[in-house]
Amino acid sequence: MPAVQETVDRVRQIDVDQYKYGFVTDIESEKASIGLSEDTVRYISAKKNEPAWMLEWRLAAFKRWLTMREPTWARVDYPKIDYQDAYYYSAPKKKPELSSLDEVDPQILETYKKLGIPLREQEMLAGVVRRDEDGNVLAERRVAVDAVFDSVSVATTFKEELKRAGVIFLPMSEAIQQHPELVRKYLGSVVPVTDNFFATLNSAVFSDGSFVYVPPGVRCPMELSTYFRINEANTGQFERTLIIADKGAYVSYLEGCTAPMRDENQLHAAVVELVTHDDAEIKYSTVQNWYPGDADGKGGIFNFVTKRGDCRGARSKISWTQVETGSAITWKYPSCILRGDNSRGEFYSIAISNGRQQVDSGTKMIHLGKNTTSRIISKGIAAGKSDNTYRGLVTAHRKATGARNFTNCDSLLIGDQCGAHTVPYIEAKNSSSVFEHEASTSKISEDMLFYCRQRGMSAEEATALVVNGFVRDVLQQLPMEFAVEAQKLISISLEGSVG
Amino acid sequence: MLLEVKNLHVEVEGKKILNGLTLTVEKGQVAAIMGPNGSGKSTLAYVLAGKDNYNVTEGEILLNGESILEMAPDERAAKGVFLAFQYPVEVPGVATMTFLRTALNAQRKTRGEPEFSTPDFIKRVRETSARLGVSQEHLRRAVNVGFSGGEKKRNEILQMAILEPVLAVLDETDSGLDIDALKIVAEGVNRLRAPDRSMIVITHYQRLLEFIVPDVVHVLAKGRVVKSGGKELALELEASGYAQFTDEAA
Repeated sequence: MPAVQETVDRVRQIDVDQYKYGFVTDIESEKASIGLSEDTVRYISAKKNEPAWMLEWRLAAFKRWLTMREPTWARVDYPKIDYQDAYYYSAPKKKPELSSLDEVDPQILETYKKLGIPLREQEMLAGVVRRDEDGNVLAERRVAVDAVFDSVSVATTFKEELKRAGVIFLPMSEAIQQHPELVRKYLGSVVPVTDNFFATLNSAVFSDGSFVYVPPGVRCPMELSTYFRINEANTGQFERTLIIADKGAYVSYLEGCTAPMRDENQLHAAVVELVTHDDAEIKYSTVQNWYPGDADGKGGIFNFVTKRGDCRGARSKISWTQVETGSAITWKYPSCILRGDNSRGEFYSIAISNGRQQVDSGTKMIHLGKNTTSRIISKGIAAGKSDNTYRGLVTAHRKATGARNFTNCDSLLIGDQCGAHTVPYIEAKNSSSVFEHEASTSKISEDMLFYCRQRGMSAEEATALVVNGFVRDVLQQLPMEFAVEAQKLISISLEGSVG
Repeated sequence: MLLEVKNLHVEVEGKKILNGLTLTVEKGQVAAIMGPNGSGKSTLAYVLAGKDNYNVTEGEILLNGESILEMAPDERAAKGVFLAFQYPVEVPGVATMTFLRTALNAQRKTRGEPEFSTPDFIKRVRETSARLGVSQEHLRRAVNVGFSGGEKKRNEILQMAILEPVLAVLDETDSGLDIDALKIVAEGVNRLRAPDRSMIVITHYQRLLEFIVPDVVHVLAKGRVVKSGGKELALELEASGYAQFTDEAA
């Protein structure tokens, strides 16, 4: 099958050196000493000048973590992680107080420029006008960025406008100082400290992350965004994100990640918690392109993430959209607890694996309230020698009468050395629930590629077009600027053709 | 001479399909290729377009005097070779509009021409589709997905109109069409006849040639051209059938 073969060859040629974000920014940083002990936890807490309750919380998590074992049920295979051979805290050395962006280390700004993050407010205010295919001007969008450089939020934009709307958007470390009552109330209320090995580790050593609170009835006036970037060698990044939409509130949150190339594997164990009260809605979108490791599977990010949303209130809604193209290992199941009656959970996912990447990702929809609904659309694309697993749980409890779920998992294989796996768990504990599950696995056909190539597209362009068609349902769920980014990213991760 | 096919021998999966086929098509000429099933008509179409697995063991294909045998399908497309497929392929999730733009700009890029701006492109597609009776709704639908036989063929003609090839190969464009759909498609093709555009119309039946009247007719049997003539040759064939040629060649 020469046409397919050619595509496979192309894909195989994707050299790690082409990883666009593989540069290291040379900035002096301040690190905790290597390894993990109670002292490390105390060091981090002290660096952040945290109140006693926060330190206690961390220490309890650390004690618990010592008794836990790393989970092994996922379909991923990686060398044993030495938790004592990593740095748990790294911050760029900087002036203690930053009153404006101008004071941010220019090297950091340069890094963000390379990443294409519109950090400067004026750029964002200038607003690039985009047109759709029919030539109509799309609404200009503005995004507030909270950039996390290694472990510390460097600058937060648009603070003022958000403040006027009553929206709190802060680095987690500042939220702990400024809004301890909110943080104490919600932190760990969705993902308990004891939830799982990686979440517990995160609870002990999380360094920073974002905190969002949208007050009752407020529609957040702009999309909120965080860009995570792991720069320092051998530092784990443990962000902690907490987003609360109070009654009738709405917020859309974008998260993007990149990491420079490193030979050692870097551990990333984030926790994201979302809470929606009555009639509130949170839309959470992620584009993840951490360094995937080289062609032989050397290096790359180990991504063990716990993301969970709690639809606490009636008629509330949480929607996860993710585009996963990077990381050597992905272990990630953004989930929804549908507690409020008539609440709704959604999960839209594109997971692309290439080279030796291993992805085990999916979602959990836990129906507790009456007439709760959920929808899962998962598109897995495997190329090279990668393995791509969808693992999903849909469950309706005894009292969750009238629960409904629709699941659609499609897998696309490029070449014949990759694998796609679907592992759905479905449990209905009452007789009035209706769960639908559809799944398909297909290969990019030679005929389809030939058809595209006959029209003038190169093998890469043809593959990208077919793949973009395959993931279209999910791309449409992403906010506009993310969709454009994601589309580019898909081409990059499959073809190695940058730009 | 736009196209010269010289003594072409082609194997598909070890089986010999074309046996020294020789054919020339002049600039602006519409040449019909007729022949019984298995005579190599579709193979000729695929070989011209450069499909994988069609191994040329001997012979030459020249387009404007230049050999295209070593060129990839997309390079040939950029040189102006277009194949209207007998069975157009479905591309799920890709809007026809997006497909057209990607194809056109890919060709232009290969030729070193600037890409079309979005408004110019849209204008061009709107005009062309209106001329061919293709609706705006059709342009938004995924390529060939859920299209009727007639819509698929019309979509091929639309692509041809947008891409403006110098050599269009129409592979059994009449297959699966009722008479009304056939008339519409033939009308679309006729509008695209031009002094600088040659066409090879491949068909089993004479019926299509009532609507697309060829300048010349070539009869293909057992992998080579066994007879050539004017448009009246098609009518003769209709009366006498292909048996005479298959016997002759055997």
